[in-house]
Amino acid sequence: MADRLSVFKTYKLYVGGKFPRSESGRVYEVTDSEGNWLAHAPLASRKDARDAVVAARKAFGGWSGATAYNRGQILYRVAEMLQGRRAQFTAEVAAAEGLPEAEAAAQVDAAVDRWVWYAGWSDKVAQIAGSANPVAGPYFNLSSPEPTGVVAVLAPQESSLLGLVSVIAPAIVTGNTVVAVASERAPLPALSLAEALATSDLPDGVVNLLSGRTAELGAPLAAHQDVNALDLAGADAESAAELEAAAADNLKRVRRPAPVDWSADPGTGRLLSFLETKTVWHPMGV
Amino acid sequence: MTFDASTPFTYAPAPESRAVVDIAPSYGLFIDGEFAPAAGGKVFKTVSPATEEVLSEVAQAETADVDRAVAAARKAFVTWSALPGAERAKYLFRIARIIQERSRELAVLETLDNGKPIRESRDADLPQVAAHFFYYAGWADKLEHAGYGPNPRPLGVAGQVIPWNFPLLMLAWKVAPALATGNTVVLKPAETTPLSALFFADICRQAGLPKGIVNILTGDGSTGAALVAHPDVNKVAFTGSTEVGKAIARTVAGTDKKVTLELGGKAANIVFDDAPLDQAVEGVVNGIFFNQGHVCCAGSRLLLQESVADEFLTALKRRMRTLRVGDPLDKNTDIGAINSAEQLARITALADAGEAEGAERWSPECALPESGYWFAPTLFTGVTQAHRIAREEIFGPVLSVLTFRTPEEAVAKANNTPYGLSAGIWTEKGSRMLWMANKLRAGVVWSNTFNKFDPTSPFGGYKESGHGREGGRHGLAAYLTPSTPKGEHHG
Repeated sequence: MADRLSVFKTYKLYVGGKFPRSESGRVYEVTDSEGNWLAHAPLASRKDARDAVVAARKAFGGWSGATAYNRGQILYRVAEMLQGRRAQFTAEVAAAEGLPEAEAAAQVDAAVDRWVWYAGWSDKVAQIAGSANPVAGPYFNLSSPEPTGVVAVLAPQESSLLGLVSVIAPAIVTGNTVVAVASERAPLPALSLAEALATSDLPDGVVNLLSGRTAELGAPLAAHQDVNALDLAGADAESAAELEAAAADNLKRVRRPAPVDWSADPGTGRLLSFLETKTVWHPMGV
Repeated sequence: MTFDASTPFTYAPAPESRAVVDIAPSYGLFIDGEFAPAAGGKVFKTVSPATEEVLSEVAQAETADVDRAVAAARKAFVTWSALPGAERAKYLFRIARIIQERSRELAVLETLDNGKPIRESRDADLPQVAAHFFYYAGWADKLEHAGYGPNPRPLGVAGQVIPWNFPLLMLAWKVAPALATGNTVVLKPAETTPLSALFFADICRQAGLPKGIVNILTGDGSTGAALVAHPDVNKVAFTGSTEVGKAIARTVAGTDKKVTLELGGKAANIVFDDAPLDQAVEGVVNGIFFNQGHVCCAGSRLLLQESVADEFLTALKRRMRTLRVGDPLDKNTDIGAINSAEQLARITALADAGEAEGAERWSPECALPESGYWFAPTLFTGVTQAHRIAREEIFGPVLSVLTFRTPEEAVAKANNTPYGLSAGIWTEKGSRMLWMANKLRAGVVWSNTFNKFDPTSPFGGYKESGHGREGGRHGLAAYLTPSTPKGEHHG
């Protein structure tokens, strides 16, 4: 049989549940680890970043107000969708990160398992992070975790899929919405993940994915007055300090970059980073 | 004594005695267990805001003093953090007990230096101070059960900067959890209220606390800035203005320092038409006039449901006419002195802006003392969300009144602020209360009550009101590095 000419994919951003090109019309070349051309990715602009924040803010009320059970099922649904596309993601991760197929498959499997792990946290986090407080008086007193709001995430640069999932899932499972900047060098698995998210009953705008220059997109997100928190997982040390300083302008919660083995047990640190504690008082009496 | 029917009640003065407190003419810095002058030899005066009387002269700490205090705290950290938790606990229990024993003295001192009514320093500040040490004392040997991993570790040297509105209580909120978790402390009290922290240094000596674990640096904003920026400080804890909080967040950017910030607020106190109005009036008065309104979580925006607005305002004004403004040491005083001339100027400027922007100003008739810093309890009606008095923290006895029709509108207006520290809800309908509490973006929600605090209850804000919590199990997180599971690293 003669070789059939394959159909290339036009990789696009994922903003507000839609798949737009960059409003700037710009793209950049994405290559594999040996420098061979893989595809063009959108070179998102500051305007795309702002549009993504608007979409994330719009989604926050509904997503944070959804029941924990509902959010857990949707995260589990993402795992199901990813599982079904295991072969595609294995090929994309292998190309993006220069991994042998078996190692790339292990990354995809770990990413699927990570969605499952975080899915289960949705209706448990309030029970480990909240408290009933025995105040010295006739008052009902309860502290509960609530989502911080819109979280801007600079995804890890080296782990294009597992690292990305490991920073998105812990933010959204508690009700936050996310604007994530994909690995600059290896954005294609992230842009394909958007297709799985779009078919997982995840409401539009809960996750927004941008590809482009991390430095170009990080600055407007760190300075944006309607972003509540910043995960600097994919920032280098020098830019992290600048972005943290910019984030101080509206007192964003900032998670600083640190070396992480993304294949290891993630623990609860990241999950608990983007929560606020609300304490409610009410008198008791008859 | 004769009775005049036109003035049903008159009050004889009922001053608390000053004799219980002995203030020295001057104080040095408390570093490494000793009081010593500042390296630069500079001093400044602290005055009673009620009389402008000079109470004492304290040292102005500079960079060299900060270096010395941080070095002392670093040295003490080695032994203090290695001490079994049960032993640390016993020191904190001792401190709690000594505070209880000296509470009247400390209450009078606090009222003298701060200007707050003795009724509040005696019945609110001091009991909470002792309770806070008692509560965190009990955590010191139970940290492995606190939910921060099997072996949570202290961070090191904590640089703590506290405000002037609750001087000793803010010290307790900072020092108690820091010491319970094995950290050592360099604390800077506010420029206008240094005395109770210096008395606390004496309590540490009485408790036998080894030297260097608690160091007290008096000074101004430059002292605080030097402490926050010091490279050998591992943890920064600040309570104060959002403006300074942002500067601190910029200072620590790119470092490994852990930061908690308790900043400003513009809390909405929301009254529905089914609220028990008399209780709500008391709660609204307490919400804004407690501590002269020098409270970050003060209920400074009153949101009234339209159908009860007139009735409520009538009752509120009637109640405000009974507020007694004057000598803070008088046990019948409700509203004391504004803490400083600078703060009085800020309140005055914002209240004037309220008038200039078109809101209607009202205060009960009340004679204010001749000397000292005073501001009459003030109410603004006809306030819109665009007015400065609805947006900016006044930090004084000034209440801005807005109205709403539906719960949704109340939520939208309450959340229309960059702050998110506290909120109040007054309604008899439980389901509405819980719905409102859920929608309000604020760290503390008081329903059918206001301005309640407890050491077991986490306190802290959303958004630009800061981050981190003080109080409760949550308050430990600010001073601990969790045990590190495989793959997870903590900065």
